[in-house]
Amino acid sequence: MKIGYYPGCAITKGATSEEYGTSVMKVSEVIGPKIEEIPDWSCCGASSAHATNHKLSTALSVRNLSLAEQHEYEEILAPCPMCSQRLIISQKDVQDDDVLKREVEDAIEMPCGTNVKVSNYLEIIKNYSMDEIKQKIKKTAKGLKVACYYGCLLVRPPKVLKFDDPEDPQSMDEIVRAIGAEPIDWEFKTNCCGGGFTLSRPDVVVKLTNDILEGAQEAGAHAIAVACPMCHANLDMRQKKIEKEYKRKYDIPIVYISELIGLALGLGAIGLGLDKHFVDTKSVVDAYT
Amino acid sequence: MKIKINLNERSSDFAKEVEKRSGIKVKECYQCGKCTAGCPVAYEMDYMPNQIIRLVQIGARREALTSRTIWLCASCITCSTRCPKEVMIAELMDVLREMALEEGLANPSEKNITSFHESFLNSVKKHGRISEVWMLNEYKMKRPKTALQDLAVAPQMVVKGKLSFVPHNIKGKDAISRIFKKCKPK
Repeated sequence: MKIGYYPGCAITKGATSEEYGTSVMKVSEVIGPKIEEIPDWSCCGASSAHATNHKLSTALSVRNLSLAEQHEYEEILAPCPMCSQRLIISQKDVQDDDVLKREVEDAIEMPCGTNVKVSNYLEIIKNYSMDEIKQKIKKTAKGLKVACYYGCLLVRPPKVLKFDDPEDPQSMDEIVRAIGAEPIDWEFKTNCCGGGFTLSRPDVVVKLTNDILEGAQEAGAHAIAVACPMCHANLDMRQKKIEKEYKRKYDIPIVYISELIGLALGLGAIGLGLDKHFVDTKSVVDAYT
Repeated sequence: MKIKINLNERSSDFAKEVEKRSGIKVKECYQCGKCTAGCPVAYEMDYMPNQIIRLVQIGARREALTSRTIWLCASCITCSTRCPKEVMIAELMDVLREMALEEGLANPSEKNITSFHESFLNSVKKHGRISEVWMLNEYKMKRPKTALQDLAVAPQMVVKGKLSFVPHNIKGKDAISRIFKKCKPK
């Protein structure tokens, strides 16, 4: 089975968080599943569409589901949780509302893609690649304490996404354990980082991310693992500003779970994009032996 | 907190209208306040999330639609997840924002947020995907006071290859602009 790949605007080649997309692809070459980019995919509309125009938001997302079905994909991987959440919610909205479905079909000039399954990155790894990881692991990071940070969009709304526990998810923790590092118990796994307010209300983002970094530091984390480009940007690129504003020293590397898997598989740090982060990731790279 | 409500503008059909548009059962809320307790942005809001629901329940349309709260909601969906009556509060904020825009009632104090949404969607409309530099440029032109706030990270973003100056155009960008046309609010 081939899986359609929907990178989304944030992690596609040349985008702000392209290292997430790069590491997802590099890892899939080693442990599968085989993924293929959906031709001519477009933006899901993200928070700006759903916050201002429900029909537009649904149409922009569903267009990509329809394209995926046209290319005969039964399942697609959307590693960005904003994308996976929007695609899944929009698919449910057109399934539940015939009037909306007709309006969307009129707008996208295609039948709505109501059958294709949308999966986030953690789901794909859990469902297809855990055995492969165990077989192909080359390095471990014994003693590297990792705070798994899921954020909002992977787990909420739980009734629609039906993925993991919305208050204390475990899927990323299981992956971290499988690649020979130590997931820690901490309280901020699904707290909000402020997400899309990074440009419009950076003050809100700085406060919320400070809470998360403080929580991780107090729980003894050496690194925070994420599976979301917005969480990454807010915790990594804003970390210096957060430290300055709150007069704290964190220096906590923020790494994508795909990068950690890649390191465990023996892939090179630079190829995985670990040199693209603002907070130095050397301590994490060196922990893998 | 005391809320002053202009009774002349009360419209008892407001909750029904919201329910008709979205299916959200606002009347189910019994004001336990769990949504507000878990809201990460409540500290910045003019009305607490449970108060917004109350405003909708009693038909205080203008107060709800002109609130800053609806724009400050980060859509983290913690409220809807924890609500004991399964009121979709985060989704309610989406409907109220949409109505506020349609009626020209969006609170001007949160213009940074509405301008960001406009710039974001204009980039999608034009290119089919987000092109960061182009979106940023439009946003900073709209909100010149924010021009300096991200300068500290900009040079490092360029060095790390995190800011692409090439717009991400898709082949089907005409199809995308037709989607925008067909989905234009009435």
